[in-house]
Amino acid sequence: MKTLLLTLSLFFAALAAQAKLNVAATLPDFGSIAEAIGGDKITVTSIARGTEDAHFVDARPSFIRVLNKADVLIEGGAELEIGWLPPLVNSARNGKILADAPGHVVLSRGMQLLDVPAGAVDRSMGDVHPGGNPHYWLDPANAKPMAARLAEVFSQLDAANASSYAENLKKFNATLDEKLAGWTKQLEPFKGTKVVTYHKSFDYLLKRFGLELAGTIEPKPGIEPSPTHINALVPRMNSEGVKLILIEGFRPRRTPERVAKETGAKLLILPASVGGTPQAKDYFSLLDYDVSQIVGALKR
Amino acid sequence: MKKKFLVSCLIGLSATALMAQESELESLKKALQEQQKVIQSLLQKVEALEKQQAGATNEQAQLKRLVEAPGTNLSLAATPSGKSWSPSDPIRIGRGATYADLGLVATFAAGSSSARDIEGGTQPGGHDPNQRGFTVQGVELNLQGAVDTYFRGNANILFSIDSGGESFLEVEEAWLETMSLPWNLQVRAGQILTDFGRLNTQHPHAWAFVDSSLVNTRFLGADGLRNPGARLAWLAPTPFFTELSLGVQNSQGETATSFRSAGHSHGGEEEEGLPFGYRHPDNDRGVSDIGDLLFTPRFTTSFDLTDAQTIVLGASAAFGPNANGGSGDTSTQIYGVDAYWKWKPVNHHAGFPFVSWQTEAMLRRYELGAFDWDEDGDGAVSDGEVANTATGLSAVLRRETVTDWGFYSQVLYGFHKGWVAGLRGDFVTGERGNYEKLPLTLDGAALGRDPLREERWRISPNLTWYPTEFSKLRLQYNYDRRRELGEDHSIWLQFEFLLGAHGAHKF
Repeated sequence: MKTLLLTLSLFFAALAAQAKLNVAATLPDFGSIAEAIGGDKITVTSIARGTEDAHFVDARPSFIRVLNKADVLIEGGAELEIGWLPPLVNSARNGKILADAPGHVVLSRGMQLLDVPAGAVDRSMGDVHPGGNPHYWLDPANAKPMAARLAEVFSQLDAANASSYAENLKKFNATLDEKLAGWTKQLEPFKGTKVVTYHKSFDYLLKRFGLELAGTIEPKPGIEPSPTHINALVPRMNSEGVKLILIEGFRPRRTPERVAKETGAKLLILPASVGGTPQAKDYFSLLDYDVSQIVGALKR
Repeated sequence: MKKKFLVSCLIGLSATALMAQESELESLKKALQEQQKVIQSLLQKVEALEKQQAGATNEQAQLKRLVEAPGTNLSLAATPSGKSWSPSDPIRIGRGATYADLGLVATFAAGSSSARDIEGGTQPGGHDPNQRGFTVQGVELNLQGAVDTYFRGNANILFSIDSGGESFLEVEEAWLETMSLPWNLQVRAGQILTDFGRLNTQHPHAWAFVDSSLVNTRFLGADGLRNPGARLAWLAPTPFFTELSLGVQNSQGETATSFRSAGHSHGGEEEEGLPFGYRHPDNDRGVSDIGDLLFTPRFTTSFDLTDAQTIVLGASAAFGPNANGGSGDTSTQIYGVDAYWKWKPVNHHAGFPFVSWQTEAMLRRYELGAFDWDEDGDGAVSDGEVANTATGLSAVLRRETVTDWGFYSQVLYGFHKGWVAGLRGDFVTGERGNYEKLPLTLDGAALGRDPLREERWRISPNLTWYPTEFSKLRLQYNYDRRRELGEDHSIWLQFEFLLGAHGAHKF
């Protein structure tokens, strides 16, 4: 009897000690920042992978379980995940991550987004996000409000470790400030360089470091390049002296390679998300890699 | 003397010159002073305007914060000019504005077939292409949104036109579903498509083929099995996804084809030939007890086999009374298994390329009650009565259970963004019942196999082009082989568009 009670109490003590905050993030970028703030006090599961197009993730049933067990759901918002997240949340049976529950974090709220449409939006313009460009995590300055928000939410739900989260937030901000200064310095000599991307997914990165987006391979968001569009893009790139094309790893290569050949521009394959390449292990190394690759390409 | 005059002249001239210069200087100085005053006033004006603008952006920021506070579904788009609505502006309904997502999907088909009995014949589905020429397969209005903090709601109202040109409106689905119940339960209640297999709960616009499958239309009905009812689903605590559900619905109506159904035909005329089982259904027979409702248990499980492959497996059953017998006397049991496998590489471009394979197999056991064809009770064979040539009298059919089974299997290959090639095979057949072995005739013509249970198979290759996720164009060829009716060829071109918001579909 005594041994039974002892084992039971040990079991429950172990359970209680393992009560880590369970965090589910839609993108690995948000997951990475969450890890930096939460440290070993939380477990993070990211649903989308860095190698895939975040707009087109399959709403697999296995993700329903991830959301069912989550204490916190971090989503980007601005309709980035609208094509796949709602059916998962609707089947998750988890009140903690619904609507305005404290565990439901929509990082785009309060974020200053680029390209917010000023007038009417309809689908003849392509797949335009009515709330603005949702790829905002690529501007390192945006990581500050994101991290602060996460620290706030974690502290609210897990008050016992609030000091730990505050500590991690301080460390994160310090690292971010240092790194941002470094990246700015690295890209300083290339300010004003014109760049072409496949989709408007690198806008925030380019704007932060003074690079200029001269055009996209897509004629309109979500529409595949047509010969007419490419035949107009190439001469324009030549006359404007665009020397760099940035695309993510999952984009089809044929058209960007052709454009690179006809304009003499360098084609650079960059991850837009943590995990997009093996070097982009977390948020800081993602930007480290992206910045160093751009610098390397422009130096020559 | 001359010298003195010259010098004084010179002094005089220079003096006047100086004086002139001085007055010029004075006027210039004055002008400069004036300009400075003007600049001062302009600077003051600019300062005032700047202050005003700061105040405006502050207000906007405050408004933005209020509006975007967690809990609201609104967002403030930057309108620097502060345009106000004018009657020429379109009214837009969308997420957050009317508390419901509103979408319209309109699906049409054009084509031809070698068959003379397209609607209900080669194309048994209620929303299949139904004639040579153009078919309105369906114009579906979908509304979904959060009802309140406890429920979400969904409604699908479908309008279509049959081959006779008659329009009809159906409420495909209209239900509320709980958002978060304890013990990982979920309840859905209202008018629901029965959760049997995979295809039955898919709306026509989500099909990968132009038409429904043979086994689904034969066992679950031309419009799918749907009726008012409720469904309780439990998410099991297994390390992989497992869900167990039980649905309870009414068992009568034209959408409960294998149950207490009145028979369902979209064609303008009555179905020619004999009813199912060569017995008239008795649809006025009531419900004798709670066991007379339609019950549908289902088990679903899913695993991610690799980073790129996912599989979903399911087993379903449907139990309910049918109309071919006395009250509480005859019932139908349908069993089904389904499997769905999908491969999509980790670096897909907008979801492409991908390969998916979906198969469903079903088995139906249908109890047919005893039936006496001597409906006018005169002891002789009258017109419209099935006769048994062995006895020379109107046929007396004994009670029996007939078994039917079938399956479909479809493979899809999305080889390039927006392009999907598909291939599907259908097969249905039934065990010969006693009533099909008797030497029966109707108005002199010999009867053989029941055409509603006769063997048939079909093969359908197709190609779909999705210019975007909001429109599609699909070309499909059907090769139908029906025993006793031979082969038929059909070709259909389907086109569809989506307006408005439409929620994402289940995996």
